[in-house]
Amino acid sequence: MLNHNDIMQTIDMIDHQHLDIRTVTMGISLRDCAHSDAKICAQKIYDKIAKSAEKLVPTGEAIEQELGIPIVNKRIAVTPIAIAAEACETEDFVPFAIAMEKAAATCGVNFIGGFSALVHKGFTSGDRRLICAIPEALASTNVVCSSVNVATTKAGINMDAVAQMGRVIKETAALTADNGGMGCAKLVVFANAVEDNPFMAGAFHGIGEPELVINVGVSGPGVVHHALKQVKGEPFDVVADTIKKTAFRVTRMGQLVAQEASKRLGVPFGVVDLSLAPTPAIGDSVARILEEMGLEVCGTHGTTAALAMLNDAVKKGGVMASSHVGGLSGAFIPVSEDEGMIAAASSGVLTLDKLEAMTCVCSVGLDMIAVPGDTSAETISAIIADEAAIGVVNTKTTAVRIIPAPNKKVGDMVEFGGLLGSAPVMPVHPESAADFIARGGRIPAPMHSLKN
Amino acid sequence: MRAIVTVIGPDNKGIIAKVCGLLADRDVNIIDISQTVMKEFFTMTMLVDTSDATDSFGMIAEALKAKGEEMGLSIRIQNEDIFNAMHKI
Repeated sequence: MLNHNDIMQTIDMIDHQHLDIRTVTMGISLRDCAHSDAKICAQKIYDKIAKSAEKLVPTGEAIEQELGIPIVNKRIAVTPIAIAAEACETEDFVPFAIAMEKAAATCGVNFIGGFSALVHKGFTSGDRRLICAIPEALASTNVVCSSVNVATTKAGINMDAVAQMGRVIKETAALTADNGGMGCAKLVVFANAVEDNPFMAGAFHGIGEPELVINVGVSGPGVVHHALKQVKGEPFDVVADTIKKTAFRVTRMGQLVAQEASKRLGVPFGVVDLSLAPTPAIGDSVARILEEMGLEVCGTHGTTAALAMLNDAVKKGGVMASSHVGGLSGAFIPVSEDEGMIAAASSGVLTLDKLEAMTCVCSVGLDMIAVPGDTSAETISAIIADEAAIGVVNTKTTAVRIIPAPNKKVGDMVEFGGLLGSAPVMPVHPESAADFIARGGRIPAPMHSLKN
Repeated sequence: MRAIVTVIGPDNKGIIAKVCGLLADRDVNIIDISQTVMKEFFTMTMLVDTSDATDSFGMIAEALKAKGEEMGLSIRIQNEDIFNAMHKI
């Protein structure tokens, strides 16, 4: 029989250390929904999602009950709508977001991703129409998430798209000003976006994916934090080993849930995303893990090194626990969704510049960051360009999910509620990057030899 | 299905008897039991087999939870697989 203490350890992780499965996400291809008539296309999108994900939520709940482990979110990711709706003879792509929202409500999921476009090398007609529709689509829906990939290591950075996304973010904030610019919390600008990410707001069903797929995102900052409390003062070899062992256990559980969901739904298993995804709850923070390593406050000198080690150890521990690892796989540092990050940013220790450095060594990027409402579109574009450059040069995914909070100033708080938490408004550099962004064109792909 | 029943809470008389009675009433077979008391805190784990159970897994889970609340304990039943996944390679 299983060891009594092992069983009790698992129960303790679930009850007191926030151990959970963060998301079971079903990927659904919408490539067969193309139609020249926009109304028919929107109906096909609704029908396909509603039918494919009909049993997702009840199946997730049944697994949750049987295994006794919370599955916090059940979600859907679809083919980028810029592709699925490209053939439609319409300028207005908002109805496709409405169709997604309705399908999500029918299925009972709490987010649906894929109001997306991949424009790292340039725009197609569908891409242009989709990006123009983003502000209104996000303002007129609650659970639809949008993402735009503006750069890849192989293609370089599409600076026209970067410039446009600065404006789209500003417009989205303006249209959702009543909710603190909430629309921007559902919009991600990517470099090297992955096709099988189960996490929102950046999930979409990539073009190399099968008809349907189940991807699972695990979590567990609280469990790692608790484990590190047992090795206070020990050298980093011990710290790394402790994180690896913990990540292994957490990921095995994710693998089990993924296999069960795949079997019961009759949908192929895709990947387990090995992520440390924090929540605003006390004891579920990535920042507090870094502080447990010996930093007074997250954001001080040493933070980047601590995060690099954490991120690497999570991957090393998780890889052996799952048959297929993918998605974003790494520690997330969304400011508003992490109690310790909120505290560090509020105290002024954690700055935008430090966060940018941290994104060089972890998944994913500048995430859920509120900046003053009067931040210009060009400054936001320049922030996106910096982040994209980090991703492109380092061959990793980076992203920007930034909220220029309407009518808010540095030091104010923006409340999003739920898992999205609350964000302290952080200062940006006041000096202009407008002429830099106005150039447009493409930053060429970097070379990958002569590395220094 | 093989499942693990865990009971956690303040020690008291008759905990095992009540939990075993509830399981027996539903034709759940007990394969193994382990229990300890630390500082008046009672913890018990039971390996059970629900293959011949007269109730669904969900109903057994609900009944155990309700019994736990009645006795001031946390009682739950979980598929054995989750513990095997976490603690066995």
